[in-house]
Amino acid sequence: MSSLDLRQLHDTEFPIPDEMNGNVAITSLSKIYNWSRRSSIWPMLFGLACCAIEMIATAAARYDTSRFGMEVMRASPRQSDLMIVSGTVTKKMVVPIVRLYNQMPEPKYVIAMGACASGGGPFKEGYNVVSGIDQYIPVDVYIPGCPPTPQALLHGLISLQKKIDGQSLANMDDVPWYGVGPSDPVPVPILGPDIIDPRQMELIRQQAAAAANGQAYGIRELPAAAMDVAAKKVAKAGAAGAVAAATATAVVDEATLAARLERRMEALSRKRALASKN
Amino acid sequence: MTDQMIAPAAPGSLDSGDVAGYLKTKFPDAVKDDTRQGYSGVVIDRNRLVEVAESIKNELGYNYLSSATAVDYLGIEDSMEMVYHAYRTSGGGPLVFKAQTPRENAEIPSLIDVWPGADFQEREAYDLYGIHFPGHPNQKRILMWEGFEGHPMRKDWKEAYYEQELKPFDSRWPKGYARRAEELNMFGKNVKYPSDLNLSRLTDHSESSLYSGMGLGVDVEPVPDSEGLQTDKLVVNLGPHHPSTHGVFRMVVTLNGETIDQLEPVMGYLHRNHEKIGERNAWNHNMPFTDRLDYISSMSNNLGYAQAVEKLMALGARYTPPTYRAEVIRVLMVELTRIVNHLWAIGFLLNDLGAFFTPSLYGIAEREKVLDFFEAVSGSRMMCNYMRFGGVFKDLPERIRSTANLVNDQVRDFDTMKYLTELINDSLPRAIDEYDRFLTDSEIIKARTQGVGYLPAEMAIAYSAAGPLLRGSGVAYDVRRAEPYSIYPELDFDVAVRYNGDIYDRYLIRLDEMRESVRILKQILPRLEATKGESIFSGNKAIYMPRVPIGESYGRVENPKGELGYYTVSQGDPKGPQNPWRYHVRAPSFINLTALGPMCKGQKVADVVAILGSIDIVLGETDR
Repeated sequence: MSSLDLRQLHDTEFPIPDEMNGNVAITSLSKIYNWSRRSSIWPMLFGLACCAIEMIATAAARYDTSRFGMEVMRASPRQSDLMIVSGTVTKKMVVPIVRLYNQMPEPKYVIAMGACASGGGPFKEGYNVVSGIDQYIPVDVYIPGCPPTPQALLHGLISLQKKIDGQSLANMDDVPWYGVGPSDPVPVPILGPDIIDPRQMELIRQQAAAAANGQAYGIRELPAAAMDVAAKKVAKAGAAGAVAAATATAVVDEATLAARLERRMEALSRKRALASKN
Repeated sequence: MTDQMIAPAAPGSLDSGDVAGYLKTKFPDAVKDDTRQGYSGVVIDRNRLVEVAESIKNELGYNYLSSATAVDYLGIEDSMEMVYHAYRTSGGGPLVFKAQTPRENAEIPSLIDVWPGADFQEREAYDLYGIHFPGHPNQKRILMWEGFEGHPMRKDWKEAYYEQELKPFDSRWPKGYARRAEELNMFGKNVKYPSDLNLSRLTDHSESSLYSGMGLGVDVEPVPDSEGLQTDKLVVNLGPHHPSTHGVFRMVVTLNGETIDQLEPVMGYLHRNHEKIGERNAWNHNMPFTDRLDYISSMSNNLGYAQAVEKLMALGARYTPPTYRAEVIRVLMVELTRIVNHLWAIGFLLNDLGAFFTPSLYGIAEREKVLDFFEAVSGSRMMCNYMRFGGVFKDLPERIRSTANLVNDQVRDFDTMKYLTELINDSLPRAIDEYDRFLTDSEIIKARTQGVGYLPAEMAIAYSAAGPLLRGSGVAYDVRRAEPYSIYPELDFDVAVRYNGDIYDRYLIRLDEMRESVRILKQILPRLEATKGESIFSGNKAIYMPRVPIGESYGRVENPKGELGYYTVSQGDPKGPQNPWRYHVRAPSFINLTALGPMCKGQKVADVVAILGSIDIVLGETDR
């Protein structure tokens, strides 16, 4: 075997020696990398509310997440791959959650379990409730239900496995931690007179300045036509609102996005240069 | 009445009717009857509140302050008031007394010196209503963070996603177009800021305020111990995401070596504004929300709320109490819940002691069988939303398909009564005995729990502790016997009580209570058979939306975790849409935590999680 030119292995017609027949499987690197990752997703051991009880029931004997390699729940974020946000996220609690998320090493995934974590749920209108954890950290899988049954949670976990299966090592957008370096930490919210997302500082400042000039504060004025339509036609109002929301968030995040893209491109070119040199 | 007549040697024997007379005679200018329609009790001049309260406690024997809460009467009386419900631990009805204050510079003297159990409840009233309590040693926010703008439970405080005073909202019903609340908010989030917000001078007080008054001795004040060593005090934070805190609870602990000097509970990490949302909801909208209070025993929460509103409805003319079969089914559900909760509580107490998840798995396996029954009856495993004002939602089904009883991966189909009989006569008692056999005599458990977390009886009463915490300290007080409700008077059971007041006794008392629950359930089974086919709802054609007359009521039940009370006030238009003017939950987990600090003082830091586990809190209820 030592005399073998390894490049011959690329040839699909390469004869497999008799003694290795039945012992060799050929696959892609992505596949084996993903297989090993998705078969040992360690969730973080922390629960928020009612959904945590169903999460525990899912981990227990009847439903048994260890069938999917997920029974090892780690109390430290440094050792976990998956954060299951299991319950209502309050403004007071989102601060530690963002901090925990930042402390998790990549690759890391987030599951929003239940209605509250996905969008506020029955408590959405509450003054201390964050209407969806995705306003602060990126979410991979949403599980509906209040609380989701253990079966639903298992389905969510399997969906996450499928998502990991679909990630390719060749695509730096899929696996940015692999070569490009860690992603930026999520800025930790501040508990002021109300919760403040540091990414919205500029918007808040503009609003405060506008308020000083006597304009309405904190209320989005949709165009009069849109408001009129809203009262009559559901679908059109939804679209108008969605467009307005899209432009607003685009303004906020543009600078950050550009900086991140630039950094990524730079790292990519560095990597390509290294590869071509070899 | 003359003075001679109403000054007997033992005023503690007066019943609640005479009590008001006694107080009025003793404090003629400070105490008067609450004459508002549908209200009861006495109103006390706030300047003399402490004096009268001392008399209520020491002379009249109302030594247990169950609930203290604020109500904002904006637009009705333009005042705020504190409502207190005091009981005697010997049993009987409440003494309701109130103190009123104007809304501006609201101030009511603190009763913490009379009943230390008022501590957290007064802090909550300060936090949510902005009432100041002169004399309270630690008056700071408890559910929201320090620095939060405004006092959110005041009637004139509107949340960021505010739409309308009453549900159902016009945008949803009857025309039925919904608009997402964040579309109208500039920040796309559930936030609102004061218009004079200065970002450059923004400071986050939420953390630093926790440590004020803790006497932080780190590297500043060496404390010489008995061996002459100079040691620093050290502050350790446990939580809010610590796995042993049973949710998002946090304890700030000052340590001297390994010994606890001071422990301050920090809560509010799951404060999801239950009460504010509850005041926007119609009466029956709140039923599913009560499920999410103590989410391990949702059926019991349902019962408490149903009883509170039924008491209110009983003030009106057209009210028929729940039917007998409804009461039988209610008790069946509640006692099953109690067993489920205690199985869970013991399992997780053992988790905290280091027996990681093995005992819990035994409990969870039993729990699944009961949950299958709940799911078949109500449609949901955990959030049952089962009880209604005047009965229950549905009768028991004929048959149950239970996947928790798989044999060779086959789902088994049972006759409901047979399933219940097997569960009650066989399966649950066996599980309880199993716990008993494996755990009670374990040397490790005894070493870790006996004599740890001691709470004497007087202190348990003073701190308004309830449930197993109170009864583990030798006070045989159980709402089911002290102020009986439903069909408990005709059932034969004992109030479990243990006298050592440590973790071990709190563990044992949960075993005792489960056995008593099984005893009750065995009496329920023949009653279920006998009432088969009878009506489960007393109202007219199952109309669940009741008309509630003006008034107040306090409904309380013995929840697995302690006394759960609902204080509700109705001010609604008897003809128009109605919602609770005030909807307050007296949460046992919240008030039991008052005793946590004193219990942990002088203990080792390793025992803190065990002491907390023995109280058995659930955060949905603690923070609401």
